[in-house]
Amino acid sequence: MSSLDTTLGHGAPAHAEDNYLTHSHGWKSWLLTLDHKRIGVMYLCSTIASLFLGGFFALALRTELLTPGPTIAMIDHDMYNRMFTLHGAIMVFLFIIPAIPAGLGNFFVPVMLGAKDVAFPKLNLASYHLWIFGAVFFVTAMVHGGIDTGWTFYTPYSVTTPANGVIWATMGVFILGFSSIFTGLNFIVTIHKLRPEGMTWFRMPLFLWALYSTSVIQVLATPVLAITVLLLTVERTLHVGIFDPALGGDPVLFQHFFWFYSHPAVYIMILPGFGIISEIVSVHSRKHIFGYRFIAFSSLAIALLGFLVWGHHLFTSGQSQLASVIFSAISFAIAIPSAIKVFNWLATMYKSSLQLTTPMWYAFGFIVLFLIGGLTGLFLAALAVDIHLHDTYFVVAHFHYVMVGGTLLALFGGLYHWWPKMFGRMYNEFWGKVGAVLVTLGFNVTFFPQFVMGTRGMPRRYYSYLPEFQPLHVASTIGAYLLGFGILLAFVNLGVALFRGRKAPTNPWGGATLEWQCASPPPHDNFSVTPVAHDPYDFAHLKYDEKIDGYTSRRS
Amino acid sequence: MSTAAAQHPHGGDEHGHDPLVAHHFDTAQQQFDSGKLGIWLFLVQEILFFSGLFCAYAVYRANHPEIFEFAHRYLDVKMGAINTVVLICSSLTAAWSVRAAQLGQRGLMIGCIIVTIACAFGFLGIKYFEYEHKIHAGLLWGEKFNPKYAPGDHGDEHGAGGHGSGTEAVHSEAANSVPNPADRSGSPGSHGATAQPEKSAPSPAATHVAAGDAKVTTPRNTSIFFSIYFAMTGLHGLHVIAGIIVYIWLLWRALKGEFGPKQYAAIDFAALHWHLVDLVWIYLFPLLYLIR
Amino acid sequence: MNTLVGSMLSQLVIAGSEASYWFPPQASTTAAEVDWVYYFIYWISVFFTVMIVSAGLYFMWRFRSKKTAGAAAAAHNTALEVTWTVVPGILCACIFYFGLTGYMDTHTPPDDAYVVNVTGVKWAWSFTYPDGTVSDTLHVPVHRPVRLVMTSEDVIHSLFIPAFRTKQDVVPGRYTEEWFEATETGEFTIFCAEFCGTKHSEMLSKVVVHPEGDFTKWLSAAGNIHERMSPVEAGELLVKQRGCMQCHSTDGSPSTGPSWKGIWGRGEKLADGSSVTVDENYIRSSIFQPQAQIVAGYGPVMPTFQGKLKDRDITAIIEYFKTLK
Ligand code: HEA
Ligand code: HEA
Ligand code: CUA
Ligand SMILES: [Cu+2]
Repeated sequence: MSSLDTTLGHGAPAHAEDNYLTHSHGWKSWLLTLDHKRIGVMYLCSTIASLFLGGFFALALRTELLTPGPTIAMIDHDMYNRMFTLHGAIMVFLFIIPAIPAGLGNFFVPVMLGAKDVAFPKLNLASYHLWIFGAVFFVTAMVHGGIDTGWTFYTPYSVTTPANGVIWATMGVFILGFSSIFTGLNFIVTIHKLRPEGMTWFRMPLFLWALYSTSVIQVLATPVLAITVLLLTVERTLHVGIFDPALGGDPVLFQHFFWFYSHPAVYIMILPGFGIISEIVSVHSRKHIFGYRFIAFSSLAIALLGFLVWGHHLFTSGQSQLASVIFSAISFAIAIPSAIKVFNWLATMYKSSLQLTTPMWYAFGFIVLFLIGGLTGLFLAALAVDIHLHDTYFVVAHFHYVMVGGTLLALFGGLYHWWPKMFGRMYNEFWGKVGAVLVTLGFNVTFFPQFVMGTRGMPRRYYSYLPEFQPLHVASTIGAYLLGFGILLAFVNLGVALFRGRKAPTNPWGGATLEWQCASPPPHDNFSVTPVAHDPYDFAHLKYDEKIDGYTSRRS
Repeated sequence: MSTAAAQHPHGGDEHGHDPLVAHHFDTAQQQFDSGKLGIWLFLVQEILFFSGLFCAYAVYRANHPEIFEFAHRYLDVKMGAINTVVLICSSLTAAWSVRAAQLGQRGLMIGCIIVTIACAFGFLGIKYFEYEHKIHAGLLWGEKFNPKYAPGDHGDEHGAGGHGSGTEAVHSEAANSVPNPADRSGSPGSHGATAQPEKSAPSPAATHVAAGDAKVTTPRNTSIFFSIYFAMTGLHGLHVIAGIIVYIWLLWRALKGEFGPKQYAAIDFAALHWHLVDLVWIYLFPLLYLIR
Repeated sequence: MNTLVGSMLSQLVIAGSEASYWFPPQASTTAAEVDWVYYFIYWISVFFTVMIVSAGLYFMWRFRSKKTAGAAAAAHNTALEVTWTVVPGILCACIFYFGLTGYMDTHTPPDDAYVVNVTGVKWAWSFTYPDGTVSDTLHVPVHRPVRLVMTSEDVIHSLFIPAFRTKQDVVPGRYTEEWFEATETGEFTIFCAEFCGTKHSEMLSKVVVHPEGDFTKWLSAAGNIHERMSPVEAGELLVKQRGCMQCHSTDGSPSTGPSWKGIWGRGEKLADGSSVTVDENYIRSSIFQPQAQIVAGYGPVMPTFQGKLKDRDITAIIEYFKTLK
């Protein structure tokens, strides 16, 4: 049956217009919905709100860093420490970890799979409610006592600090952890059990492979974080002394626990990004993805190896030298699967019929920035060099390149790629590209100077610094505003599209994955007739159609 | 329409769909398998959740074996053993309830569930006595650690006359002995506590015998043992309580006659989780009570 | 960019004692090696970045096409994929190896190293020399291996000397080590690199590298301050050395602790409501039992100096206080 059929062939013509947005009304129909698409949309709104909150803190602390001494009267030492802590914690736990899997993932996993919903819709809703709950705890931590431990909550500082928000924050992390675990669990079961006839493992879009690997990490790593923050809370309230040297505890043990989660977590952050880029690069190059299996398996490899390298955050902590050596070695091993992906994306673009669309621009931006971020990871994984670079701005620059340059750009790429499908509207290409350029430019201006100051010895989490670093800090701050402005523009453009944008066709880019076969926006239960899965990257049968400015399938 | 749509995801337009099967599943089998995989993943999650504590245990035991050697003798093996038996029974009845449900033996199923709940309560009851006794004897974590007697006696107490006399004896003990180690803050560790060194097995007590009179010195940071003891048993206890809640809910549904050969997933999954809670205890018991 | 690359190259040939574009001066025996590994990775990175970015841009331009264009054929090439799995693999192995050797050199102190004990406390460093002399800046002889044996009194700190390319966390309840051999005389900054609270960013100090001979002179001089200088000078030196200035000002400006401006004979309201006039005994007790009498409005955060300051030091400090009108 042709894709056109599926789009229209949704029950009686009366139903034709009915989609998941118009299917039911009232706030309850959203907050209590079991529809994975609505849950996905709610996640997107919430996480992006968190991005703005975290970004607001980022701009505040960047502004404070304009001068070596105090800059803004309102921001003193403690205020600054609270700001970077909240910035980091909000960005990590509220924004970047849920954004792609729980946001775009929720929306597209079932649709791309050809399923009607995730395996456990109620659990899915519960995850979202947990997220809100966790967010409330964070806000409480913010206003009630504040928290100044850094997002890493190192003991014994986090046990002894007078900032009383710590308990709220750790409990918030605990709750968000379970929200994340349930999402991962849901996806694994969905991908295992809800694949319709013909959707074999190797016909799955790479986005699903990426999310599958991500889910594995979420289920295996997050519980350890949960118990860790739980123990930290107990430590602070009851003083059990497990992490507190004053009571015979071992503060470095906490660091091991924390990073046992938080290194795998960095792959929770990036793998979904990889998935999106694989989709975008292939679809917008109108060419079969290069080395499908290598990409699919490299995701799994990263997910598994990711569990064995946490110690590379502890090279200077006093852990045994042998441990450091082993962790360093494995950290290098994990660089290779990532390299494979980058090369495969390039090869996909080679001899393609490439469309210079906004998603493609973001995808390219991602490749460049992630490349730099990843390569600087190699500096940090090299023992001798990390001793010098640890806890300097070099590290700060490294992880912003991978998290902002990587994940955030991938998120934008994904939003621009799927916006027409999610809301049935096309956005303005020109402003879309302007946004992409501003973000990429602003980003480099913000964070490249930080590599330089880091190597020169500028430590992180510094409220005041030596005058010699000022020029670089000023550049970084200017870049931050540029970046913020670009981000703002990118979202405004998407927002405007909702009202002004022309109606989107079913398949604006000529994608071959299943989501492009159901209407834009998709009907309440995705597919009235379960679609047939073919090679997700075979575009031969998709021909451009002037009338609808979209692609239709010639496959029958 | 609004919540209606939410509540019944069938969204109206599906006819002849088995009411027991949610709209997004094709077959009851698929639904059951999904649930099964789901619960197994949840169990994996639980194991990793506990693993944090087991690691902490391993690390401290490796670094300070003497603490564990010494302090575990404060624990009451008898009670631990009884609790182990109780839990194993409950696990049995839990498994049995599933079987009964599959075979449609309603009465038996309900009976098994009730016994399971009863055992769970029994476990908590015994744990309560253990905790309560430790609180009396100042066998607590961190700075609250302030033992009223040395391990040796403790064992005998319960060897002789039940629990009650145990605690009393503790007080009498407390009266005549113990250089009070409240002054922890200054120099950590080195609490004194007088007692006859145990005859059995080489113990730190023996090693610390000062010429002539028998003096037992508590190893430094013994409180760590109790921090870990309470953390592990406490977290396990919370799981038992959760299990009780789940089983009461099951009981209620069972009484409403919801379960039968076609519909026993909930019982099955609950039982799986209960087995895990049981299993965790099976590890905790030797690790905390039976150190040699 | 050219100048940048230029400075890179010059950096590679001469191990510069003056700062380069990327690095602070190389002032220790291991600095050059660390920098070398850094640049090794740096050039690999530059190579791949340039290669990948230019290829990407070229493809974007060369293969851009109309929506109407047909889809390109499927692609897959095992030989190619194996290549770009193996090559990075080999490069990674090399980087790991050099990183490892560099690490070993920076972490195996020679036996004849000169030992200095280091204590980190919010938010100051103190350095104790074999003869018991204490200073708030680290003094070391040039061309002599120095081993730092470090611990913290409160939270985790980290002693970071960029010019020596060395860093090590300072953890409460245990001892950690760090060693270096200075190759340049002069003064180099010490940072605290592990977040430790309010004034983490001001927990700075410096290493003073003395020419041969001078160091022993400095040490003996630093040792007997009371012979060397008047009580007032000695007191002033002591409060500076022991990091008191981190929390107390002499100009009346409020800080973590009360200011010393006009402290002598001043009446203080205490946290418990009572009040005292500042005399010898009050000063002595608030240095030896800081928690005993807390001035209202301040936290019980000051560490005791019992056993660290001798009575003679206290007397000197009191004399110094008297001068702070
Ligand atoms: C999205 C998140 C993300 C990702 C993907 C990564 C990826 C990597 N990270 Fe990063 N990292 C963080 C987030 C991330 N990191 C964060 C948040 C911190 C700091 C936390 C804190 O302290 O607050 C951190 C800190 C951090 C440290 C500790 C630094 C310190 O504190 O001293 C180290 C050390 O080894 C490290 C290494 C790596 C490596 C080797 C990779 C590799 O996976 C990178 C692999 C990718 C590539 C290599 C690019 C592709 C390369 C090519 C195509 C070219 C050819 C390849 C070769 C020649 C090998 N990271
Ligand atoms: C996903 C994770 C994520 C993201 C997206 C970001 C985004 C940014 N981060 Fe952050 N950052 C972290 C994760 C992240 N960061 C973490 C984990 C730490 C470590 C914390 C710690 O040490 O404990 C950290 C620390 C950190 C530091 C170091 C602080 C210190 O060590 O003292 C700095 C300093 O420059 C910084 C800057 C920025 C900037 C400028 C952005 C920008 O990208 C932000 C851009 C976004 C916006 C600006 C918001 C959107 C726009 C508006 C709000 C509209 C208004 C703006 C205008 C009109 C201009 N971050
Ligand atoms: Cu001391 Cu930071
Ligand atoms: Cu890491």
